[in-house]
Amino acid sequence: MNTPSSEPQLKIYCEDINKTFIQKGHMEVPVIRNISLEVEENEFLVVLGPGQCGKSTLLRIIAGLETPDTGYVALDGFPVTGPGPDRGLVFQGYMLFAWNTVMGNVEMGLKLRGVPKQERRAVAHHYIRLVGLEGFENHYPHQLSGGMKQRVGIARAYANSPKVMLLDEPFGQLDAQTRMFMQHETSRIWEHEKRTVIFVTNNIDEALFLADRIVLMEGKLPGRIKKEYIVNLPRPRDHENPDLLELRALITSETELVL
Amino acid sequence: MAYEEIVVKKPLPLIALPCLSVAAFLLFWEWIVVSGTVPSVLLAPPSQVFTVFMDKLGNPNPDGAILAVHAWTSLQEAFIGYSLSLLVGIPLGLAMGWFRIVEGLIRPIFELIRPIPPIAWIPLTVFWFGIGLTGKVFIIWIAGIVPCVINSYVGVRMTQPTLIQMARTYGATDWQIFHQLCIPSALPMVFGALQIALAYCWTNLVGAELLASDTGLGYLITMGGRLGRPDIVVLGMVCVGISGAILGFIIDCVERRLLAGIRR
Repeated sequence: MNTPSSEPQLKIYCEDINKTFIQKGHMEVPVIRNISLEVEENEFLVVLGPGQCGKSTLLRIIAGLETPDTGYVALDGFPVTGPGPDRGLVFQGYMLFAWNTVMGNVEMGLKLRGVPKQERRAVAHHYIRLVGLEGFENHYPHQLSGGMKQRVGIARAYANSPKVMLLDEPFGQLDAQTRMFMQHETSRIWEHEKRTVIFVTNNIDEALFLADRIVLMEGKLPGRIKKEYIVNLPRPRDHENPDLLELRALITSETELVL
Repeated sequence: MAYEEIVVKKPLPLIALPCLSVAAFLLFWEWIVVSGTVPSVLLAPPSQVFTVFMDKLGNPNPDGAILAVHAWTSLQEAFIGYSLSLLVGIPLGLAMGWFRIVEGLIRPIFELIRPIPPIAWIPLTVFWFGIGLTGKVFIIWIAGIVPCVINSYVGVRMTQPTLIQMARTYGATDWQIFHQLCIPSALPMVFGALQIALAYCWTNLVGAELLASDTGLGYLITMGGRLGRPDIVVLGMVCVGISGAILGFIIDCVERRLLAGIRR
């Protein structure tokens, strides 16, 4: 972006999305109600909410894996009609191809789109290095730790050069220390290669550490946006930063536990 | 005493125990026949089976062929039938798992044929092919194809749906998803089928040979029965058991090498 104006560019636009699931044939479960959302280019947006608040469904709708009942999602002004390589997904359960090496996993998307071997190897190498997995190219997923598996997941999403990265509780299965470390790594990787990111989490410290903006969801179904917060702090952030702690207290006071 | 050391018992190595149990079994077997508890016209002791074994290595009497010929016939039939059932069953099962047309067309027929024991085909195969190799290959093929189809089908069906969705986000076509995602993720199930199909093939082979053949290990057993020679019967059974176990072991090794990456 060499345009002199600092006018932020709109990347993702969600207009009044509603989604209801039908369970057991007739029981209607409203999952998302009237969600409208704008995400700017290269913004790191965190959707924060407890389990069962519709945040993953929102992400799946943006990914094109679910269709909203009403409303629409637009990417770069064009409506999203299905999944596509312009949105890279990272899942909580890693979802690696168990029969493929790290290299095979990272280059998979490019391979499926017919990118010649040499070219895709070069791209894959670049992102394997970026996530700090150099030297593990020929390892299989079962030989890696949880944190390393998720690095593969991130590199694999990056390798498709998506316009938007969609991360669905990517560190939910990691232990507390690894999780903290992966947050630092995510911050570092993102600053290295900026992308528009939508990151779904239930962890408030993770949200505070990573987000340019936090969207706080209601604690129960149907999912609605309760509040939004802009986080204007330099990176890498310190969990003990007084401003951050103040915001943490503010968000916590807005979060109620509903069983 | 301020502290106590707890002696951790080491588990017995798994070489001693199998040897012990086999030796005990053979000794018991020898003993019940030699002592006269079981009359020797009903059961041959292991020592006698071994003698017959050494004899049958070079002597075609009384059943018409030396042991190696019987074993070779059986192995040949098993190998051809087994290979054919893999060759047809695995692609068929994989395709049934992914393509709805194939499933709709093949599934009903398959479900009807499946419950018929392969041995029930013997009279028809005798009409069609006589008592030669072809008929038995057909029986083995029928026996082996069932687990191949079922396991491959289930393997494809169990492909993680999220992986398929992700492949779709990469813009993969149906065919790409099938052969780059569903097939590799079905492989552990398919390899399970290799073992199950082998067991089915081998048991049904011997069954087929019992009823319709002129050589083979099953035929050796039948002839032993007709001649009133329990030693030959037992020799045939032991050969079937040992060669089946060796085949299973070979498949197991192949499977372990090929699936190195998928094991967790």
